[in-house]
Amino acid sequence: MRIASLVCAFLVLAAAPALAAAEKAGAAVVAGDVPNDAGGAIDVTWQPSPAEEEIGFKGYEVQRRVAGEPEFATVAESVVGETTFRDEDAENGVAYEYQVRVLGAEGAPTVLGTAEAKASGQWFNTARSNALAGVLFTSFVIIFFILRARGGAELFVRKIAGLEAVEEAIGRATEMGKPILFVSGLADASEISTIAAMTILAKVARKTAEYETPLIVPCYDPIVMMVEKEMVRQAYAEMGKPDAFDEDSVFFVTQSQFGYVAAVDGIMLREKPATNFYMGAFYAESLILAETGAATGAIQIAGTDRVTQLPFFITACDYTLMGEELYAATAYLGRDPLFLGSLKGQDWSKAAIILALIVGTVFLIISTDLGLWFAKLFETAAS
Amino acid sequence: MHISTDIWIWIAAILTLCIYSFLYKDNPFYKFAEHLLVGVSAGYFFVIYFWNLVVPNLLTPLKTGFGTLFSGGGFTGDLAALVPGILGLIILTRLIPKIAWMSRWAIGFYFGAFQGIIITGYMQAYILAQIYGTFMKGADPVFSIAYFGNFFGDPSWGKVLLAVSGPLMIVGVICTLTYFFFSTEHKGFVGGVAKIGIVFLMIGFGASFGYTVMARVSLLIGRLQFLLRDWLGIIS
Repeated sequence: MRIASLVCAFLVLAAAPALAAAEKAGAAVVAGDVPNDAGGAIDVTWQPSPAEEEIGFKGYEVQRRVAGEPEFATVAESVVGETTFRDEDAENGVAYEYQVRVLGAEGAPTVLGTAEAKASGQWFNTARSNALAGVLFTSFVIIFFILRARGGAELFVRKIAGLEAVEEAIGRATEMGKPILFVSGLADASEISTIAAMTILAKVARKTAEYETPLIVPCYDPIVMMVEKEMVRQAYAEMGKPDAFDEDSVFFVTQSQFGYVAAVDGIMLREKPATNFYMGAFYAESLILAETGAATGAIQIAGTDRVTQLPFFITACDYTLMGEELYAATAYLGRDPLFLGSLKGQDWSKAAIILALIVGTVFLIISTDLGLWFAKLFETAAS
Repeated sequence: MHISTDIWIWIAAILTLCIYSFLYKDNPFYKFAEHLLVGVSAGYFFVIYFWNLVVPNLLTPLKTGFGTLFSGGGFTGDLAALVPGILGLIILTRLIPKIAWMSRWAIGFYFGAFQGIIITGYMQAYILAQIYGTFMKGADPVFSIAYFGNFFGDPSWGKVLLAVSGPLMIVGVICTLTYFFFSTEHKGFVGGVAKIGIVFLMIGFGASFGYTVMARVSLLIGRLQFLLRDWLGIIS
């Protein structure tokens, strides 16, 4: 309840400058703080002058002075075709007086009007209220399911073919006495798909530790390499085989896209891994990697959230995890309550999106205006 | 035919052929080009990152900050660069096995901070904007009964596409989302909807495949142009 009150207070405070500007809408010149910004900016708008229609009209001139000072200084001149100006050089809390002058064909400029405003930063960006609501809703659902999973509730996850094949693929490499190659994409550690790849690597490493199958992890990003080395080391320790961990099995190659691909292709041809995993974010190199792997006869399991690369993995790999399936892999393979609860939470968030799409469609059928109102609820600054 | 006399074009052409020799099988020429590329690129990116990241984001602010401090100007915001600087040095503790565990602090900070920063961006770009885009195309709704009215009033291909594309997109999004719903078995009604979803996905992938293959072919053409025009001078 307190949080709700706090949010409402933020909304009212953030909306106050806009309301004040609206009150002045009838004036020839209106100045007001730019809403939802960090401060330092003031918007000046004015009514079009009849002089615009005259031949030789040169535009508008915007002048500014700190309130109380005698002289105006020009901040924008010869503004043509627009009736707004954003002053991004204002100091927060200082009252500025703006004067808009019309530069006609002849004679001295005529003053259209003046207005006063102060710039200020807002704590809460009201344009992102829907993002806050979305994050709160998703977080609530995820936490709810994590608590349920930790409480011992049986949470069902449907069969995912690509993940069912992971154990089989590791077993194949073990039987053949050949290594397993794990490529965790070409993105840095901030990518969600890279994080998903890391957690899958940890599960694969537990199996390779158990079966004592060699594991090769060439890395594109040094931070990813550090984290993956830690995860693989941890996996070997958890399986009671810390000495079996080879420090050189997880290594940095290069951050050049095709340099990395050339190196990994070389590894495939020389080490002849029986199983190749491609998990994470991939770009133009996806088909080169997958084709080379297929040529060596390796069983290949890929997973990526890059829509443009999925077709290549689907055609060249034995199993492909598409988008969300990659994220679901951690929960699916490990059955850890934390990951399982997160997966369930994401699932029900998706259900809420489906519901929103159905409701919006029904609204559009009933009335276009109603549908538009509903769609606007999801509008963001980027939309 | 005017073969290039530029030594660098010759080096680039020979290295291109070394890499293409991989199409036959692994060989010493490919190995040479591969190791050269990996080594040169690793060194190149090290220099690039040093001058583009470390110098402007760490060394320059620290130089300015300490300069101001020692000249009596007091503490400035530039000294905040000490925080990432120290975290960066902590990562290097991995080189000292006894205190290598300290590197986890920096990695933990990096992961935690970044996930916090991007969560609203992801919510806006990958969820809200997508939902909005499913309903709206610019300022107009993608779907409206009026579009069908317009079509039946004065039929044309443009109007039928306008009327049908919106509902098709909404159905596609709902079915595809259902495919990625993991909490129920894909059987019965849900299974049927998910199957439609996978059809939409495959059509999308097919289009993407064709488009990307075209882009790759243009890359190959670019390389062949280099060999035949810039190096051998066979084509103009």
